[in-house]
Amino acid sequence: MTGKTVTRADLCEAVYQKVGLSRTESATLVEMVLKEITDCLERGETVKLSSFGSFVVRKKGQRIGRNPKTGTEVPISPRRVMVFKPSAILKQRINMEPDAAAE
Amino acid sequence: MIKSELVQKIAAQNPHLYQRDIENIVNAILGEVVAAMARGDRVELRGFGAFSVKNRPARTGRNPRTGAHVSVDQKYVPFFKTGKEMRERLNRDSGGPVGDDEDDED
Repeated sequence: MTGKTVTRADLCEAVYQKVGLSRTESATLVEMVLKEITDCLERGETVKLSSFGSFVVRKKGQRIGRNPKTGTEVPISPRRVMVFKPSAILKQRINMEPDAAAE
Repeated sequence: MIKSELVQKIAAQNPHLYQRDIENIVNAILGEVVAAMARGDRVELRGFGAFSVKNRPARTGRNPRTGAHVSVDQKYVPFFKTGKEMRERLNRDSGGPVGDDEDDED
């Protein structure tokens, strides 16, 4: 557990190291991949990435919520939410011994 | 959409790259996210969401069929929180066409 936060810049660096494109192009490609996934989800489509997991869009119906501070009832309008279902492989990787995971 | 379709879509926009390169790029991105989570790190992708790892402590479970006590070891589970912009985009219920021809600059 190092407790670091990995960002876009780290993903670009990984692409740069592993694929051998320029840093600029690596960054562009990372954005393209994220955009493609986002666009797909926005259309309500499921995105399945084998050995990683899948992103699913779910529709939530309208329900009555409450403002926890005042107790007043507030209607919560129907909306779409996205959930991530990790693959079995990902779950397994996360539970490996830290030493093995660092290899 | 599955991974191979994602690769094809990206490949179509990058005719100067081999499909093999695109596959490596997609795998490098996903591999980096997995490696980070395996280390217990958080992955934050603004506009998309954040991946993190949560600890589930050991507990005594029950076999629902027999009612027998079963000890469940502590484990880590992957967790994803949708980003603000992503959440808004999912609910941008304009009904209008969501074109791939327009590039929103954020």
